[in-house]
Amino acid sequence: MEYEAVIGLEVHAQMLTETKIFCGCSTKFGAEPNTQTCPVCIGMPGVLPVLNKKALEFAIKTGISLNCSISRYSRFARKNYFYPDLPKGYQISQYELPICENGYIEIIIDGITKKIGITRIHMEEDAGKNIHEGTGDYSFVDLNRAGVPLMEIVSEPDIRTPQEAVEYLKKLRTILRYLDVCDGNMEQGSLRCDANISIRKKGQKELGVKVELKNMNSFKFVEKALDYEIKRQIRVLEEGGNIIQETRLWDSTLGITESMRSKEEAHDYRYFPEPDLVPIVIDDKWIDEIRESLPELPDKKRERFVSFYGISENDANFLTSEKSIANWFEEAVMLGGKPKIVANWIKGDLMKLLNADDKSFEDCKLKPSHLVEMLKFIENGTISGKIAKVVFEEMYRISEVSQEITAEKIIRDKGLLQISDEVEIEKIIDEILSKSKKEVDRYKAGEDKLLGYFVGQVMKATKGKANPQIVNELLKKKLSI
Amino acid sequence: MNLYNLTLSEAKDRIKKREISVKELVMSFFERIENVEKEISAFITVTYEKALEMVESTEKMLNNVDHSTLYLYGIPLAIKDNICTKGIKTTCASKILHNFVPPYESTVTSKLIQNGYILLGKTNLDEFAMGSSTENSGFHVTKNPWDKERIPGGSSGGSAAAVSADECIAALGSDTGGSIRQPASLCGVVGVKPTYGRVSRFGLVAFASSLDQIGPITKNVMDSAILLNVISGHDPKDSTSVPWEQEDFTKLLGQEIKGIKIGVPKEFFIEGMDKEVELAVKDAIRHLESLGAIIIDVSLPHTEYAVATYYIIATSEASSNLARYDGVKYGLRVNGKDLLDMYMKTRAMGFGKEVKRRIMLGTYSLSSGYYEAYYRKAQQVRTLIKKDFDDVFKQVDVIVTPTSPTPAFKIGERIENPLQMYLSDIFTISVNLAGVPGISIPCGFTSNNLPIGLQIIGKHFDEKNILKVAYAYEQSTEWHKKKPLI
Repeated sequence: MEYEAVIGLEVHAQMLTETKIFCGCSTKFGAEPNTQTCPVCIGMPGVLPVLNKKALEFAIKTGISLNCSISRYSRFARKNYFYPDLPKGYQISQYELPICENGYIEIIIDGITKKIGITRIHMEEDAGKNIHEGTGDYSFVDLNRAGVPLMEIVSEPDIRTPQEAVEYLKKLRTILRYLDVCDGNMEQGSLRCDANISIRKKGQKELGVKVELKNMNSFKFVEKALDYEIKRQIRVLEEGGNIIQETRLWDSTLGITESMRSKEEAHDYRYFPEPDLVPIVIDDKWIDEIRESLPELPDKKRERFVSFYGISENDANFLTSEKSIANWFEEAVMLGGKPKIVANWIKGDLMKLLNADDKSFEDCKLKPSHLVEMLKFIENGTISGKIAKVVFEEMYRISEVSQEITAEKIIRDKGLLQISDEVEIEKIIDEILSKSKKEVDRYKAGEDKLLGYFVGQVMKATKGKANPQIVNELLKKKLSI
Repeated sequence: MNLYNLTLSEAKDRIKKREISVKELVMSFFERIENVEKEISAFITVTYEKALEMVESTEKMLNNVDHSTLYLYGIPLAIKDNICTKGIKTTCASKILHNFVPPYESTVTSKLIQNGYILLGKTNLDEFAMGSSTENSGFHVTKNPWDKERIPGGSSGGSAAAVSADECIAALGSDTGGSIRQPASLCGVVGVKPTYGRVSRFGLVAFASSLDQIGPITKNVMDSAILLNVISGHDPKDSTSVPWEQEDFTKLLGQEIKGIKIGVPKEFFIEGMDKEVELAVKDAIRHLESLGAIIIDVSLPHTEYAVATYYIIATSEASSNLARYDGVKYGLRVNGKDLLDMYMKTRAMGFGKEVKRRIMLGTYSLSSGYYEAYYRKAQQVRTLIKKDFDDVFKQVDVIVTPTSPTPAFKIGERIENPLQMYLSDIFTISVNLAGVPGISIPCGFTSNNLPIGLQIIGKHFDEKNILKVAYAYEQSTEWHKKKPLI
C-alpha cells in the first residue's frame, strides 16, 4: 500500500525588536534572570499592556513578504492557562482576527517550484522560563523572556514530505533574516517549529487523524522526526491499528517520538478578545510605506543574479540563501571580480573555512576587497590558482585578528610569487630531464602521457610556483628536440 | 463647625486664603477617623505616617510650583484599596493580596500626587470589587453611617462611608456595574462613573476590564467636577483611555437647565422597587421640570437583559484577570505537594466565596462549547443595549433614573442570596455596558432616615451636562446638606 503524508507547520519566530511587545523592557538575550522585567511583564495587579508598534510593523513586513493579505482590522485575544512561566495566567495572542492571512511561500524541490500556503500569521507574547536544574527543592522562574514578541506563522497542510518541510522552513528562515525581523536561530529557540502530520492512502481525499509534533529544534530534527512519524503511522495502520489524535514529543537522543498528551488531556484555552487592548486598525498608507521599505527578497534576488551576472541557478540559489552572502558577492563583483569566479571562491574555499571554524557568514571578517585583490594576482600571473588557495586561507586567518591584509604582502613574505621567468624554468627543466633519461626515451617513443609526470616534477621542484603554462610549453619544446 | 465637615472646594478656598494650614486640616481628619472609624470600619489601611510625609512634601512643592496649578493642594482623600499606591499596601480586600505592596503608582494617584493631595488611607471594598454591600470584603464589614446595622452599598462601600462620615473630604472609587453610584446613593453622597476611557485604568486592579472605570465620591457635585478635572485624560499606559480633549468640568456648573431634555425610561420603574424610592425619584423629576427641564418618556427596551449580560461579560473577564493570583509571584502562597496542589490550595484559601463563584461562572461561559451561547451572545446583547442608549440620546440630553431600587439593606440580609444581591445594581449596570457616564446624587430620605439617590446618565464624554443637571438639582435642594449622626 502506498501512503502519503499531509504536513502543516506552525513556526514561532521571536521578533528582533529592541523592546518587549507590551512594555518597554529590553529583549536582549542572556541577561541575569529577572533583570529585564517591569510590573507589566511580571503581571503585577493593575498593569495594562501597550502594543509595541515595531512588533506590529515586523508582522506586517513578514505578511507582505509571505504574500499574505494584511488585515485592516485585527485584534488580540487572551489564551488562558496556568503555568509559572506565564505571569498573568494568560498569554496575549491573536485568535479570531489575526494580522495576516492567506499567503504562500515558493520552494524548489528537484528543480520544480511548489507553493506552500500560509494560513495565517499572528502576533503574541513569549512566556518566561522555568528553571528546575540545580535549584534544590525549589524551581525558579526567569521572566526576562516573558513578553518578548513572537510571530506564529501557520502553514496550510500542503507539505507532503519531510524534505519539503525542511525546504519550507529554510526558505521561511531566509526571508525572516532578509527582513531583519528574526535571527532564525533554532538552537537558541528564536525560531521554533511544531508540525501537524497525518497520513492517508495515495489518491484518498479525506485526511487521516493528525498528530502534533513538538520539540524539534533544528532542521535535521524536523526532518528526522517527520520521517520517524510517517513510518510509525504507516506501521500502526498496517498492523490494523488506529492513529490517535495526540501531541508527541521528538526525543533526539533516542530518535523517536513519544506521546505527551492525548486530545482529551488537551487544554481548553478559553480564548476571548483581549479587553485591555483596542482593535488594531491599519490604513493602506502605512502598508504601502512598509511595502516600499522592504528589501529585495531572496526569490527576486536569485532571478536577478542569474539574469544580470550570468551565473547558474544553483550558484544564485546558494548566494541568495543569506543576505550577508549575497551582499559580499555583489560587493566583490562591484570591485571588479568576475561573477562566476567570485561565486566559486565563496561557495568553495570561503564556506569551507567558515564551516571548519563553525562560523556563520555574518562572522566572516574577510572582506570582498581582499578576495578581489588576490584575484588580480591570479589574472596577471603573479600566482597560480593553486597557490591562490594557500594565499586565500592565509588572508582568512589574518582577517580574524587584523584587517591589514594584502595578498601582495602574503605572496611576498611567503615567497609564493609565481616563477614566470623562462630562463629560470628552463634551467630546472634541463636538470630534471637530465636525471630522467629513461622517461625521456619512453616519451620520445610515443608515451605522450608522461608529459604530466615531467610537469609534476617541475612543480615539485618549484613548490608549485612555476607558471604551469610556461612549464608546459617549454617541456614540449625540449622533448621534441 | 469642624474642619472635617468642609467640602473639597471650601477647604481649597480656606487653604488658599491661608485661613487654615494643610497640617491642621489633615489632623482634623485623623481625629475624626480616631473617633468614628471603629463604628464605621471604612478603611483597610489608615496611612497616618504617609500623610504626614505628604504634608511636608506638599509644603516643599510650593517652592517649585505655583499654588494655583495645584488643584488638590493639601486636600486629604481616601482611595479605594483596589487602586495601586506605591509603597502602600493594596489588598483589594482579598486575603490573596493581604501583603501586597505595589512597586508602582497608579496613573490616577500619580495625578493626585502631582496636584498635591494627601493620602489618608485605603478604603474597604467587596473583594476585588465584586459585590454590592462591601460584605464580601476578606477583612471586615463596613457600616452605613446613616444606620450602622445596614450596609453602605458596594463595592466602593468604604469610600462612600468614609465620605459620608466625614472621615475624608472625598474619595476615589471604581465602578464596574454600579460600584461608585450605588454606595454613593446608599450613603447620601455624590458619585460619578465617568465615560469608559475617560480615566486611565492603569493601576486599578482589574475586575472586568471592559467595564471598570475609576471615579470620584464626594460631598457635592462641584467637588466631583474638581476631582474629575484632575484624574481625567488620555494615558499612554492605558490603550483603552481615549485621547479626548481635556475640558473643565466645573465650567457649566451654575448654568440654568431650562429647555434641557431629560428622558425618563419606563423600564427603570419596576414592580417590586421600594415605594419611598420611587416617590422620591418622581419628586426629583418633577423638581427638575420646575427648573425648566423638559421631561420626555423614553424606552431602553433591552434593559431587562442587562443584569444577565453583565454577569456573563464581567465574570468572563474576571476569570481571566484573576488568574495571575497563583501564589508564584506575590501575595499569598499556600505550599502544596506539587504545582497544581499549590495553585489549588493558594486559590482556595486566598479567594472568598463570591470571587470563587464569579471565577467559576466566567470560566464556564468562556469554555469551548459554551462560548457561543454565553460570551458571544452576551456581547451581542451588549451591542443592543448600547444602541438603546444611542437611540434615546437622539431625543434627549440626559436620562434620569433611580440609582438603586431600594435604600440600604440590613447587613446579612442578602449575603446568602446572590441573585437578590445582583439585583441591587439593576439600574446602574446598563450604564457600564453602554460605556456612558452616570452620576448619583442625593434626592431624599426614607421615613427611617435612609438616603435615596438619583441617577443622571449622559452621552459618551458628556459628563459636563450630567454635572450641570446634577448641580442645578443639588443647589436648589437641601438633601446634600444633611449629615448622618454617628
